[in-house]
Amino acid sequence: MEPLRTIESRTVVLATTNIDTDQIIPARFLTTTTKEGLGKQLFADWRYDAAGMPKPDFILNQPAAAGCEILVAGRNFGCGSSREHAPWALHDYGFRAVISTQIADIFRNNALKNGVVPVVVDKDTHLWLLNNPGTLVRIDVESSSLTLPTGARTGFPLEPFARYCLLNGIDELGYILKQADTISRFEQSHDQIYPA
Amino acid sequence: MNTRTDPRRSEPLTLFEKVWKQHEVVPQTADTPAILYIDLHLIHEVTSPQAFSLLRSLDLKLRRTDRTLATMDHSTPTDPDEISGRVPIKVESAARQLKQLEVNCREFGVNLRGLGSDQRGIVHVIGPELGATQPGKTIVCGDSHTATHGAFGALAFGIGTTEVGHVLATQCLLQRRPKTMAIEVSGRLGPGVTAKDLILAIIGRIGVSGGTGHVIEYRGTAIEALSMEERMTVCNMSIEAGARAGMIAPDDTTFAYLKGRQYAPTGAHWDAAVERWRALRTDPGALFDEIVHIDADSIAPMITYGTHPGMVVPIGAAVPQRPGDAAHAKSLAYMGLQEGEEIIGKAIQVVFLGSCTNGRLSDLKQAAQVLKGRKIAPGVRMLVVPGSQQVKREAEAIGLDRIFIEAGAEWREPGCSMCLGMNGDLVAKGDYAVSTSNRNFEGRQGPGARTLLASPATAAVAALTGRITDPREFLAGAAPAAH
Repeated sequence: MEPLRTIESRTVVLATTNIDTDQIIPARFLTTTTKEGLGKQLFADWRYDAAGMPKPDFILNQPAAAGCEILVAGRNFGCGSSREHAPWALHDYGFRAVISTQIADIFRNNALKNGVVPVVVDKDTHLWLLNNPGTLVRIDVESSSLTLPTGARTGFPLEPFARYCLLNGIDELGYILKQADTISRFEQSHDQIYPA
Repeated sequence: MNTRTDPRRSEPLTLFEKVWKQHEVVPQTADTPAILYIDLHLIHEVTSPQAFSLLRSLDLKLRRTDRTLATMDHSTPTDPDEISGRVPIKVESAARQLKQLEVNCREFGVNLRGLGSDQRGIVHVIGPELGATQPGKTIVCGDSHTATHGAFGALAFGIGTTEVGHVLATQCLLQRRPKTMAIEVSGRLGPGVTAKDLILAIIGRIGVSGGTGHVIEYRGTAIEALSMEERMTVCNMSIEAGARAGMIAPDDTTFAYLKGRQYAPTGAHWDAAVERWRALRTDPGALFDEIVHIDADSIAPMITYGTHPGMVVPIGAAVPQRPGDAAHAKSLAYMGLQEGEEIIGKAIQVVFLGSCTNGRLSDLKQAAQVLKGRKIAPGVRMLVVPGSQQVKREAEAIGLDRIFIEAGAEWREPGCSMCLGMNGDLVAKGDYAVSTSNRNFEGRQGPGARTLLASPATAAVAALTGRITDPREFLAGAAPAAH
């Protein structure tokens, strides 16, 4: 994973509440065995018609969306399945952050592991962002804060270890692997209580 | 530090807290999450290939093959000819994915219940069936419905593929301790009202994000009265309320279910295990972060009308009116329904009986009782997909397959099937499907498909009448609505 310190971009707004991972990437695209190239299937059923042609009224098919790295979505983004294909698709498309008032647990975990920052903001900030699509927003990972073009700055919750991993481009696996001896010691007694 | 779980104080603990503490390899600190030990890792073809690739790229081995169990379910065909190999698997990418799982399991030494296995099935059906799911265990799988296993008093939750890789390599996960929510269900479910109706009513009450950040413990007289299969149906849909896990304290019902199963302890080990399992209950006076009370007696058969499981009403109710709610309007437009419209009597085209929510033997029996000696309505397609090979065998042994086939339904091979339509089992655009599965998201059962979630009894009565019908009418002996 590449280190991620700041994101400065115009926003794309999808105001719909409860956008589930089946909308982010429909199940029929999950028969892949790699992570690559899923960006073209992002929001596939909202983005393309039955013949596979882009629907002109969908925001991602409009010129204003080109190059945007920040998605502003309605409450409870990423609910539903555990498919990591959802953040893979968002990242491959070019998104580096999702802003909402609530982000589903599994999606949030998956996003953090793939360089997509889940940003939970208060209702007023959210409402302002919904009402001002395409606005230029700056997200600072180190201070876990978001700055609007009005100059208003607001913090968002970011788990300290996840922040450390984002800033340094570190995968958590290396950290757990370093504890191999501790895990082995734990297993010696634990295997008695909970045998395989 | 939260004093409530400070090990130096013998304060009362919740079931969740007891299981969590027993699995902390390293407790969490302000800067780092806990390292949590995982007792059972379930694998399937869809969310594992990239995790195995990660291990390969880092030259890592699988740490505990004895704690890893794989099966094929999500993109797996349900057509007997495709399963047996008489005809090629129609979805080519799915065939490649199934092959890749075989290759990965062989290379890393994973125990696989593959296409030819008589123990294959939906991952959340076979875990309990084999006795691998046990009270107090931590169980994970790259699937959000892993919450199902919480019915046994296990801490079970869905993870992403990166985390699947972590567990393969280390048998551990980095986790922050979630909050706890008690859902106290008093009273008792009425006739014709099932565990599915109960969990749909709960989701309707707390909403699809009501459980976010929490582990739910379902408690109370109505929960204690449920069978293990019913408890699994309830815990299964915890994720549909936003909670990653749902748990029910193990009791004699749990132990009776587990005894004698393949991976269950035997002899003196069994007795010792049961003694330990009995301690896995919330202590009197333990505190939850949130408590919700539900009265089971007030619950009617439930049906969804929208595009998430929280858009649910008692079957006799009309589609709610939410003026000014754009998401509600968008959802209803997709569903082809109007605010204030009655749901009873709505014509349907497809019935799907199956899934990790309602694909077990008791679910099939519930539907077969309705269909026995009768025919499904002309023009209705009904797909019956047993949750596992074992469910299929047991159903066939008592003649359920004949009841379904004679009624005009299709009797298929086990798998996730039409729950998420990865294997080619799809609902056509614009068609209404009454489904016993867990998600009614847009396009879930196929692009443009309109899903109405309900119990197996409600689904079976809808198949007979071709319309949404209150199953209590049928069960009371009243003639169902005419075709």
